[in-house]
Amino acid sequence: MIITTSKPFEEVLKALEGEDKVFIVGCGLCATTCETGGEEQVAEMKAKLEAEGKTVTGTVVYEEVCHELNTKRKFRENKEAVEAADGFLVMCCGAGTQSVREATEKPVHPACNTVFLGNIQRHGHFVEKCSLCGECVLEDFGAICPVTRCHKGILNGPCGGTDEGKCETSKEKDCGWTLIYNQLEKMGKLDRFRRIYGPKNWQANMKPGRVIFEKKGEGGE
Amino acid sequence: MTVLIKEHAKPSIQEILESGKFLVTGEIGPPKGTDIDEMIEHIELLKDKVHAMNITDNQSSVMRYPSLGTAILIKELGGEPNLQVTCRDRNRLAIEADLLFAYTRGIRSVLCLTGDSIPAGDHKEAKAVFDLESVQLLQLICNMEEGRDSGGNELKGGVKFFKGAIVTPEAVPIEPQMLKFEKKIEAGAQWFQTQAVYDMDNFKRFMEKARKISDKVYICCGLVLLTSPGQIKYMNANVPGVFVPENLAREMEDAPKEERLNYGIRIMARQIRQLIDEKLCDGVHIMAIGKESVVPQILEEAGVDITKM
Repeated sequence: MIITTSKPFEEVLKALEGEDKVFIVGCGLCATTCETGGEEQVAEMKAKLEAEGKTVTGTVVYEEVCHELNTKRKFRENKEAVEAADGFLVMCCGAGTQSVREATEKPVHPACNTVFLGNIQRHGHFVEKCSLCGECVLEDFGAICPVTRCHKGILNGPCGGTDEGKCETSKEKDCGWTLIYNQLEKMGKLDRFRRIYGPKNWQANMKPGRVIFEKKGEGGE
Repeated sequence: MTVLIKEHAKPSIQEILESGKFLVTGEIGPPKGTDIDEMIEHIELLKDKVHAMNITDNQSSVMRYPSLGTAILIKELGGEPNLQVTCRDRNRLAIEADLLFAYTRGIRSVLCLTGDSIPAGDHKEAKAVFDLESVQLLQLICNMEEGRDSGGNELKGGVKFFKGAIVTPEAVPIEPQMLKFEKKIEAGAQWFQTQAVYDMDNFKRFMEKARKISDKVYICCGLVLLTSPGQIKYMNANVPGVFVPENLAREMEDAPKEERLNYGIRIMARQIRQLIDEKLCDGVHIMAIGKESVVPQILEEAGVDITKM
């Protein structure tokens, strides 16, 4: 789940300066769960923009705005409203917003900040447990990620800032290394804690990332 | 190979510890800016009173005059530096380059730290680096000593440092901390300075555990000067791994306001004496945090004169 938060309405309004006719895009997946770009939030945004004197030429909420072909198809389906718009307001993650970028030549504006790949603990509670490092180390650490859950991404044990299981950056956040220690101890695998892990390969997720399926019959046997 | 500062006026930290002497180190916190006059005063004041001086590296994530520049300044002024290197602000390329430079300027001792978190400091929007951490930094130096950088490339001239690290005796829970202590030794740490210790009974328990893990590494007890009841309250509430016990807190509270610093000096002098008399560890690291000028007084009260040790 990609966690997003809504930008302040004033910021959105400022971005739309000079564009009177707006088309709004929401996402039926992550942004719906985050309540930043679902049907309800898109309708609210429409009303707020109209109250500010804007014309909303159309709205669309569909699954996977990040799917570029899907987005192009949705734009074709809404051809009239899309063509009437001066610009597009995208109420989902940065990936979705850039998907819209591929589907139009007109101005595209993000309505959200994209914050992390998150787990849903319960309604409205999202936490980051994976930071997409490109070289998964969960096997070694009892399936608790030190790269993400330790603020400093330390691979070799807690820093001196750990305090009764909490991180030095916030008493609200668990010290990832205390969690890992407890987990490995429970599993009888403290030998993994004793192992020295060398520097991480930070180029395993070199930006911009790119993964292409190998076509069957090519490159293989 | 040319090492720019060839003559070492002072014995190194390694030489002091290996000769069995009780190591006394102080700390220099570089200023925020180019006015280094007061820092030079502190260096001049301490250079013959302590065996060596730590130089903090953007301490608490607050941007300051650099630790490496200060270490060289200390050498130039005839003192012995213990260069603190953190992994927060520099990636492995930058750290390796700094270490090459440090070596050619006669720096012989490096303290390897991960570094405080960025939000603790005064550049709250900066990008934290943490390309490496303390254990990996120790290993990296070992590799450089063998003539290779961390990319596996051959160096034209390597380095040689006395590799230090830190440990937090009052961390809760202590077990993961002790395992990390063990890993630091395995990664090449030859000596340790501890985070601030106030509770000597707890320190004794820590030393028993530490000696069981290794009787080869040197351990120096870190002491922070107490200056006021407010400071104690702040540290107990906000500084992880630091705990000022009730009796010391009361002692400071009972002190008349104008006498508080003197009480703090006396408490630390007493603790230094205890470390030496009871042979609890191999040295002391005095952190006076802005009050460097009273360090000679602390040592005098403790009856410690490094020229006679």
